[in-house]
Amino acid sequence: MLIKISEQAKKLQTDVRLFVEREIIPQVQSIENDGRISEEIVSKLAGNHLLGMMIPEEYGGQNIDPLSLALLHEELGQGHTSVENMLTVVGMVVKAITSAGDEEQKKRWLPGIAAGSVIPAFAMSESNIGSDIKGMETVAVKGDGHFMLKGNKKWITLGQIADLFIVFAKCDNRGAAFLVERDTPGLSVVPMSPTFGLRGNMLAELHFDDCQIPEANLLGRIGSGFNRVAAFALDEGRYTTACGCVGLGKACLNASLKYVNQRKQFDVYLKEHQLVQKMITEMIVNIQTAKLLCYQAGTLREMKDPTSISYTLMAKYHASKMANLAADYAIQIHGAVGCSTEYAVERYYRDAKIMEIIEGSTQLYEMQIAKNPVI
Amino acid sequence: MKDKIISNQREIKSKVKDYFARSLVGIELGDEDDIFELGLVHSLFAMQLILFIEKEFGIELEDDEIDLERIKTLNQITSLILRKLELQC
Ligand SMILES: Cc1cc2nc3c(=O)[nH]c(=O)nc-3n(C[C@H](O)[C@H](O)[C@H](O)COP(=O)(O)OP(=O)(O)OC[C@H]3O[C@@H](n4cnc5c(N)ncnc54)[C@H](O)[C@@H]3O)c2cc1C
Repeated sequence: MLIKISEQAKKLQTDVRLFVEREIIPQVQSIENDGRISEEIVSKLAGNHLLGMMIPEEYGGQNIDPLSLALLHEELGQGHTSVENMLTVVGMVVKAITSAGDEEQKKRWLPGIAAGSVIPAFAMSESNIGSDIKGMETVAVKGDGHFMLKGNKKWITLGQIADLFIVFAKCDNRGAAFLVERDTPGLSVVPMSPTFGLRGNMLAELHFDDCQIPEANLLGRIGSGFNRVAAFALDEGRYTTACGCVGLGKACLNASLKYVNQRKQFDVYLKEHQLVQKMITEMIVNIQTAKLLCYQAGTLREMKDPTSISYTLMAKYHASKMANLAADYAIQIHGAVGCSTEYAVERYYRDAKIMEIIEGSTQLYEMQIAKNPVI
Repeated sequence: MKDKIISNQREIKSKVKDYFARSLVGIELGDEDDIFELGLVHSLFAMQLILFIEKEFGIELEDDEIDLERIKTLNQITSLILRKLELQC
């Protein structure tokens, strides 16, 4: 497999790295304390065209290639995982609209998302339904020129500030996806407390109480909601989450390398202790293997190769486990200070755990990878 | 004309059959076997199948055409591809 990263992609990576250093790192503490990504950050993300990276140019976006997208998420993952995940969610919504939306829907929503004037969210999970989406309880009933939506959604990233929700429901027992505007009568948004990691995600519960959705807001058709709209959007989400995990792993490694060069025990720097070297080695090798899987998935995505789906899944599986191990080792290497908020590694540890649950949990991937072996 | 359609149909079916053979190692599929009912296919494979059809035959499947109920057998998949290719001519 030949992985070729273009000069343009490398330039984007440098630009994003500078953006993260200048605009995200100084805001990390306030994201953690406030449990939200500030409006200022959102407008800077939009101002630097980061929200439109996956949107075709004719709708106001940049439409970057998959490997550039990988580098973008890798850099964001080194800054703050919630910011990286915000772009993952935006990407999933964009994927759903670009692949299943009609021209009218694309023209209506994509330019606003690129400009940051429309914040989107992806509403799949419910209080009783997580991994098993076929058991979804939210229902849509077809009326005359509209659908009536009834049910609830939970854990919806950006839900607190979103203007547009892609809501999945069952209609006549078949999967369907709807574009639901925030001010739709019958929709209520209830903010949730931040989770221990990805604290800036601005999670919300959504309640649909006979919420009337115009027929024109059906995305795709009845029956394609799960197999087409959700499946390909989740595939996109897995890819960028995997790349975000590579960034998170790198952040753990960088912090650890810095610390082992500063801290002395038994008269030598920690880096001289062989058992510390073992942890550093594992981190380095695991980051590289995760990175290679991500880039390979990216290359296959660019070629629209069918196996890109499996490689993306393996990349997310491996990269999220890698980030957990890297964060675990980073704390271990830091000792007590690693458990305090004085050092970033405790945040990496909290964030890494969540990366193994969102966009499909490790156990679900273990079943899918085994059933669909790539040899 | 009819001969050409039949030979195209054969070629398409053989490419799809090869793809199944590569992806579903060790399983021989009949033309009318329901790939979903046989438990051979799950959502991940279905996504790969869509990408395979689009790439291999240079066609873009409309949302309406990706109804898993309607592409359950080798024969159904072959007819769908043939129909799309004929429309392109
Ligand atoms: C910070 C955060 C942000 C989120 N953002 C969003 C969002 O924007 N939109 C959205 O729709 N959802 C969102 N979610 C929800 C997320 O997608 C779900 O948490 C995830 O799909 C897993 O579902 P669950 O938590 O209900 O776990 P469950 O499905 O209940 O699973 C619980 C455990 O059982 C395991 N398990 C389940 N089934 C099997 C099986 N068959 N075999 C073996 N093990 C199994 C799982 O791996 C897991 O470990 C978010 C969650 C978090 C924490």
